[in-house]
Amino acid sequence: MSEYNVRDKTAIVGIGETKYYKRGQAPVPEFLLACEAITKAAEDAGISVKDIDGFSSYSNDRNEATRIAAALDLPEVRLSMMVWGGGGGGVAAAVGNAAAAIAAGYANYVVVFRALAQGQYGRFGQGAPIATIAGAAPGYSNLSAYSAPYGLLAPAHWIALRTRRFMYEHKVRQDALAAIAMASYHHAQSNPRAIMYGRPLTRQAYDNSRWIAEPFHLFDCCMENDGAAAVILTSAERARDLKHKPAYIMAAAQGSGYRTDVAAENSVDYPSANYKTVAPRLYQMAGIAPSDVDVAQFYEHFSGGPLMCIVEHGFCHPDEVNEFCTFENLTAPAGRLPINTSGGNLAECYVHGMELVNEAVRQVRGTSTAQVPEAKIALVVSGPLVPRGVSNLLVHS
Amino acid sequence: MPQTTTKSYLPPGLAIPLPTPDGMDKGFYDGLKRHELTVQRCNRCHTFQFAPELICHKCQSPDLGWHKVSGRGRLYSWIRIWNAVHPALKEACPYIVAVVELPDAGGVRMVGNLLGDPMQDAPFDAEVQAVFEDHPDQGFTLVQWRLV
Ligand SMILES: [Zn+2]
Repeated sequence: MSEYNVRDKTAIVGIGETKYYKRGQAPVPEFLLACEAITKAAEDAGISVKDIDGFSSYSNDRNEATRIAAALDLPEVRLSMMVWGGGGGGVAAAVGNAAAAIAAGYANYVVVFRALAQGQYGRFGQGAPIATIAGAAPGYSNLSAYSAPYGLLAPAHWIALRTRRFMYEHKVRQDALAAIAMASYHHAQSNPRAIMYGRPLTRQAYDNSRWIAEPFHLFDCCMENDGAAAVILTSAERARDLKHKPAYIMAAAQGSGYRTDVAAENSVDYPSANYKTVAPRLYQMAGIAPSDVDVAQFYEHFSGGPLMCIVEHGFCHPDEVNEFCTFENLTAPAGRLPINTSGGNLAECYVHGMELVNEAVRQVRGTSTAQVPEAKIALVVSGPLVPRGVSNLLVHS
Repeated sequence: MPQTTTKSYLPPGLAIPLPTPDGMDKGFYDGLKRHELTVQRCNRCHTFQFAPELICHKCQSPDLGWHKVSGRGRLYSWIRIWNAVHPALKEACPYIVAVVELPDAGGVRMVGNLLGDPMQDAPFDAEVQAVFEDHPDQGFTLVQWRLV
């Protein structure tokens, strides 16, 4: 295999997001949320939106590149890319694809975006009341006749099954999950963009909250929101002349391990976040070790995600999760590994993890509302614990 | 004798399972109706696989058959579900969903409900036995699990 050779050749130069809303409360359609986030990212970069000539997204975003280009009067589209799969595993992959395309000369300014109006288009967490269901189709897994008749219907259920096995094998206590949820909520208290701004979470409130699917309480689960977020990438040369300190793409990795996508809970490595091949590859591409990471943004549809991603990204041994995953260790400014410093999917806004990329850029710019002092290297880990592909990303100042 | 029940663990209204139109997994459902638990197995290299596929994942042979297994399994993981995400489940919470590993079928896993008290604290890796839950009105049978 040829060597990864685009380290630091591209950078994120602009970030943008809409106001974040509770599900169903966005005053405009999803398409306009996408357009607004993209326009704001261009403003943040100090470029004209008409400089954008490439699009990259994931999870089959409904807002097609050419429709956005038509609405925003872009002179030319040179590139549009979509990461397969309906989950949040493709966030960092969409950024990595954009970086590779720019480095290869396909386009100059590529926007990576995600827009979600769960009020307009229906909710992720609800099982559709359908009359019959066939066995898993050969090209597509997930909800199937092997799960639906048993009431195994929602992402919370799939993720809980894997998390429970992991917690059993490594004697992980509920406290570790609580610490992850409380870290996100804590960071949201200094972030006025966050839906949960002004709504701190105590351990007592966590413990008293209703179960969704054990081991997940209500506060272990992401919100359902309306909103959009976007980042703009360009070459390192162009980045140097723009408004903000560039957030250089050190490395971005994606993929999956051996036979992860087998239906009916038959991923070969089941109690896994699916990062056992992708995380070592990321560090190898970047030429760094886990100890070099200053701050991390872990996709949390459920708190079990960060739990297992912390392990698979080398921050602690699986049997040391109880000691590592404490509120003190996971919070800015002084924790060993501050995570989800904007509040993330749990407490800032569920923009399908796109908001985590924006936050990683803020950390290396030094402009986060929960800034880690002198943060140089930020990690983004996209939707874990799903059979489909996953991805991760390292940016640095 | 296989264990059977006509008492449904969950209320009616959930999706009724059907074989895929290509027939890939028809043998599995036919087996359940006969109260036999069968797992897809390659006729060439004898590799088990579940969920069923169109070809053997080991040798890519399309020559696949159905192998009857004992119905003994290991409780690999389970969760108690409290949120009704389907209208049919409104009065059914909490209920338990289990993932069971089958040692006599290459360790493939199957999903089911863990029968019995929904508040039970079942030990991981405990031995479980298949129970065939008949739905004669709709013409299908589910495999369920109970602690041995
Ligand atoms: Zn074979």
